[in-house]
Parts: sequence; structure tokens; C-alpha cells
Amino acid sequence: MLKIVDLHASINGKEILKGINLEVKAGEVHAIMGPNGSGKSTLSSIIAGRDLFDVTHGDIIYNGKSILDESPEDRARAGIFLGFQYPIEIPGVSMVNFMKTAVNEHRKYRGEEPLAASDFLKLMREKKALVEIDSKLTNRSVNEGFSGGEKKKNEIFQMAMLEPKLSILDETDSGLDIDALRIVANGVNKLKTPETASVVITHYQRLLDYIVPDIIHVLFDGKIVKTAGKELALELEEKGYDWIIKDFN
Amino acid sequence: MAEKLDIQTVKEEFLDLYQRQIASNSIPDYVRELREKGMENFKEFGLPGRKNEDYKYTNVQNIFNTEYQKEVKARDINIELEDIFKCDVPEINTNVLLLLNGFYYAKQEELIELPEGVIMGSLAAASKKYPEIVSEHLGKYAKMDKNGLVGLNSAFANDGTYIYVPKNAVLKQPIQVVNILLDDKDLMTQHRNLIVVEENAEASVVICDHTLSPNRYCTNSVLEVFANKNAKVDLSRIQNEHNGSTQLTNTFIHQERDSRVTTNIVTLHGGVIRNNIDVKMNGEGCESNTYGLYLSDRTQHIDNFVNVDHAYPNCNSNQLFKGVLDDMATGAFSGRIYVAPDAQNTLAFQANNNILLTDDAKMHTKPQLEIYADDVKCSHGATVGQLDENAFFYMRARGIGEREARMLLMYAFVDEVVNHIAIEPLRERIQDLVEKRLRGELSRCNNCVMHCCN
Repeated sequence: MLKIVDLHASINGKEILKGINLEVKAGEVHAIMGPNGSGKSTLSSIIAGRDLFDVTHGDIIYNGKSILDESPEDRARAGIFLGFQYPIEIPGVSMVNFMKTAVNEHRKYRGEEPLAASDFLKLMREKKALVEIDSKLTNRSVNEGFSGGEKKKNEIFQMAMLEPKLSILDETDSGLDIDALRIVANGVNKLKTPETASVVITHYQRLLDYIVPDIIHVLFDGKIVKTAGKELALELEEKGYDWIIKDFN
Repeated sequence: MAEKLDIQTVKEEFLDLYQRQIASNSIPDYVRELREKGMENFKEFGLPGRKNEDYKYTNVQNIFNTEYQKEVKARDINIELEDIFKCDVPEINTNVLLLLNGFYYAKQEELIELPEGVIMGSLAAASKKYPEIVSEHLGKYAKMDKNGLVGLNSAFANDGTYIYVPKNAVLKQPIQVVNILLDDKDLMTQHRNLIVVEENAEASVVICDHTLSPNRYCTNSVLEVFANKNAKVDLSRIQNEHNGSTQLTNTFIHQERDSRVTTNIVTLHGGVIRNNIDVKMNGEGCESNTYGLYLSDRTQHIDNFVNVDHAYPNCNSNQLFKGVLDDMATGAFSGRIYVAPDAQNTLAFQANNNILLTDDAKMHTKPQLEIYADDVKCSHGATVGQLDENAFFYMRARGIGEREARMLLMYAFVDEVVNHIAIEPLRERIQDLVEKRLRGELSRCNNCVMHCCN
């Protein structure tokens, strides 16, 4: 589904990603771990199409096609979803209006008619239940005045609404208490199908108790320095990153 | 393009016109006195030039040195205005007054009495029929100061609208004043308007400014609003003229004790616009709200100049002006809050927020607080910025296209102002007009057959 080939990227001339190779197949859950500043968020932003970064070398192939020249909206419509580490507050834009616009833009892309108002509200209700998000929140402006946990739940809610094929969750667990973590993880698990895949970026083993990855990668200094099965998370929790990265320092 | 005139020539032309046509009009003595006072003021100060600090960003002399036909009497227009102009805002059910080129449209009844005892119609007619009330208020609030524009209007205005709401009357339907400019030559108009809302009375008035033919227009209008004790007045103005028009509006609001006046100015289109809004709270317990929204593009120019005078203690005032400027549009905002020495417990807020969509768009914003009392709470804030890039990316990452995302963000930005419009059908219509305007579509009302926004 997703294939990243020798990806180099920089911001203001400073190289952040130094040759990433990653392949994610349908049905898989990948976790990317690594110390602060290793390039995890940069990688997720670049996959989603943020133009702050310059891709200097390599390619990102999604469903057999390079997406480097595609706009963020077209990537989203093709099924790539980025769950933000810091979801943005947009005062004045209601959640309903925001989601309705997003859902209908996806539908238009697939050549479908916009959803009727009643069908849209029904869909909202269904998906809200899935992530146990309060109706009061969806009546407000996008993320405005939401707590940290509510913002993250709202990301999963949006993911549920848009039914992406590839979800990249950037530190969705940071700032969550244990109940919120469980709800968020549950949402992700329920949305999982054999046709979809997820990449979960996290600092902590904790989330991986709930979202069990098939493969774990350790990102350090712009490169993937180790790839292993789910048992790697426990080892990292216990020993930290030093034993892996010492050879690269 | 009309020929440019020397500003002294313009001034002389006005003086000459005054002698020939205005001085001999049959008008009540108190109106004549106001005219003469206005003429004296204009003779002394002329038109504000670049050196006038208050007109630093709007060059009025440049506007006036275009050769306009100066309209000093109503002309017969052989068309049925009702046919081409029907306000179709659903359920607004307004009582409509039409001004054509600054004159009360002759096919309407001169003065209309509504069931609540409200009188509305032509100011010229009212000045003769109700001299006690009109003379008590006319010219009493509009300040003739160094800019000469109010003086000029006082000297030349022959007509306009008059609205009188008697004590305790609560007007259920808004009164809508529609200013239409329609002629086959370039035209200057100067209308004068007076709204008197007596003790405990409530009224809302909607003013719509339209151009219905592509000629160049210049309007120098004055509106005086008197809100007596505990009166509630809601005033909305929708400016939707074409880019060849110039609008100089001078609004003076005088509030007595415990009154509340809310003003919304929505500027959708217009070539050059200068709105002067002057509020005096002349008693305790008053509330004044002044809101404005402007959407400008191409070479449009918008200048809002607000002065709020807290003359007495325990009054509240709010000013919120927001604008989006595109292309090479220019704008200015000046908001003065004056708190008199013994006006304790004053609450005064002011904000002016702007989004510039291009590098060429320009905005000047200037808060001016003059506070002479010590127990007051005043705040002001001004911002000039671009659309929030992070919010923009967030939306695009959800599949919302660039254009739509930009639209949602701009709409969200201005909605705070639109939300203050109290009349619901009008608010919905303005939301719709604003959305069309932001999308770059013609933001005219459906039934208006004229394309006034190109």
C-alpha cells in the first residue's frame, strides 16, 4: 500500500530525513518509535503533503503511484489520513460544517453525490458513539477549547468519518489519560480491516498494549535503525534507545 | 474618465450652486439656518486634504475633483422602481423607504404613519409638517468640524429619510431604507437622514446602499440618530455599490440615559468608502455597540473612522471591526474612545482584525484611547495578518480543497461580526452575501436585476 524509498528531506537546508525505507501492506499495523528529534513527525507530515519540507531525494509510492506531486487534499481523498500530534483549533468553523465539507469533498472525488443532511447526521451519530465523543464537542468550533484528550478523540472521530485506507497517527497517545487512551485505541482497532493499514507513531509502549503492531521501527537521526516484531516495544521500554543507537552516534 | 478639476474650482462651484439654486428654496427658517451654518463651515474649511490627520488615508479632494453632476432637486425618472428593485430577503417584512439619487422617491406616500404611531418618510416633508420635532433634533448631533463634509451636506441636502418612533412604541418590523443611485450621468448626491427614537421605544432600521447603473457616483450623506432614555435602536447598513462609486457616510448617534444603540456596517462592495461613526453617550447606563465588516478587493478602499464619547459614568461600549483585503485593496480603521474626567465605571472595548490575502493589500489601523477618568476598564487590540497556515493545512489534510479551505477560514473570521446582526432573516441573507462575496461571485440580492458589483 505504502512504499517509501530512500527518502531524504530537509527544512531550511537542514536535512531531517536521511534515507527512509519503509513498506506498509494492507492489513498491517506498524509502529514507529524513537527519541525526540529523530524525524518521526517530519516523516508523517511529508506523507500527508505538508510543503514546509523539501523532499530532496527518494520517493513515496502509494498504491503503486508516486504521490510527491499530489496536494495534501488529493492524498487525503485517496485515503491517507494524518492524525495530528497537535490538532489545530479553528475558531468559527463548526465541527459539523468542517466534517460535512470534508466528507463531501471525499465523495466528490469518488464521483458520488453529496450526502443528504439527514444521512450525514446519522453518520455523525454512529461515529461519535464509536469514539465516545460528547455531542457538545461536535456542536462547537473545530477543536476550540477542547482538552488535550478531547482533541485526540476528535482526531479518531474524524478518521472514523473519513474511513481512510492508510492512517498515520502521530503521537495520538501523548497527553491522554488511561481511559482516553483506551477509547482512542479501541476506535483505531474497530476501524481496522484487512484492506486498511496504520502507522502509529509513539514514544511509549503503553499505546502498543492496546494497538498491537505487526512491526516496530526505530527511527533515529532521520533513518530507520531497527525493525523488528512487537516484542521490540517491551525491550525498548526496559532498556531505552541507547543500546540501539549507540552504534550510530 | 471625467476630467480632473482644481479643488478651488470645486469649492467655487459649490458656492455658486448654493447662491443660484439652494438659497431661494422655500424651506422652514430653522432648516435655512442650518444650511447657512453649513455653508459657512464649508467656506471656512473646504474639503479635508492630506494634511488633515483624520483623513490621512482617504483623499477626499481627489474624489471631489471629478466632474459630477450635482443633484439639487429630485428628477422624474420614468421607470417603475418597484419593477427593478424588490428586496427579496424572505420574511424580513420591512417597511421600505426608497431614496432615489438622494431624494425621497416620489411615488411613495410622503409621510407614512404606522400602527404603532411611527412616522416615516421624507425628511423634507417632515421638516414642514412636524417642525417642532424635526427642529429639536436636526443638526443638533452632526458635528460641523474641520472636515467640511458635514457642513457641505447641511448646506446642500434637500431630502432624505425621516423616522420617528414615539414614546413606548415597539416597532415589530424593521424599517428598511434603500438608497438607490440610478442615472445616465456621473452624479453627486447628498442626503440627510434623521431617526428619532423616543423614551422606552424600540426600533430597527436597515439601510441598503445600491448603485443600479454603471455611472460614477459620489454620495456625501449624514444620518443623525437620537435615542432617548431607555430606547433601543438597532441599525444595520449594507454597502453594496459598484467600484466606480464613492461613499462618504457621516453617522452621528446621540444616546440618552440607559439607551442601547447597536450599529452594524457591512461593506461588501464600493470603490472608495469612508464611514464616520460618532457616538455620544449623554447619560448614565448607556450601551453602544459598533460593528463593522469589510470585504475589499481590486483597488477598493475602505476607511472606518469611529469616535465613541463616554461623557457620563457607567456606560459600556464595544467596537469590533473585521476585514479581508485582497488584490491591491487598501483600508484604514481608526477607533477613538474618549472617557470624560468623571465618567467612572466605563467599560470600553475595541478590536480591529484584518486579513490581507496578498502582499499588495494594505491596512492602516489606529486605536486612540483618551481616558481622563481613573476607574475604567478599556481595552483595544488590532491585528493585521494572513490566514492561519496551520489551520489551512489541517483542513487540506482532511481532504478539503485549497479554495474551500480558504473560504471556510475567511468565513469563520468574519462570522463573528455577522453574528451580531440581530434581525435573523437579514443575518442569514448577509451570511449568504458574504459567502458569495468571498467566493468571488456577485453578491447581489437575487431580485436585483442590475449588476452593481463589477
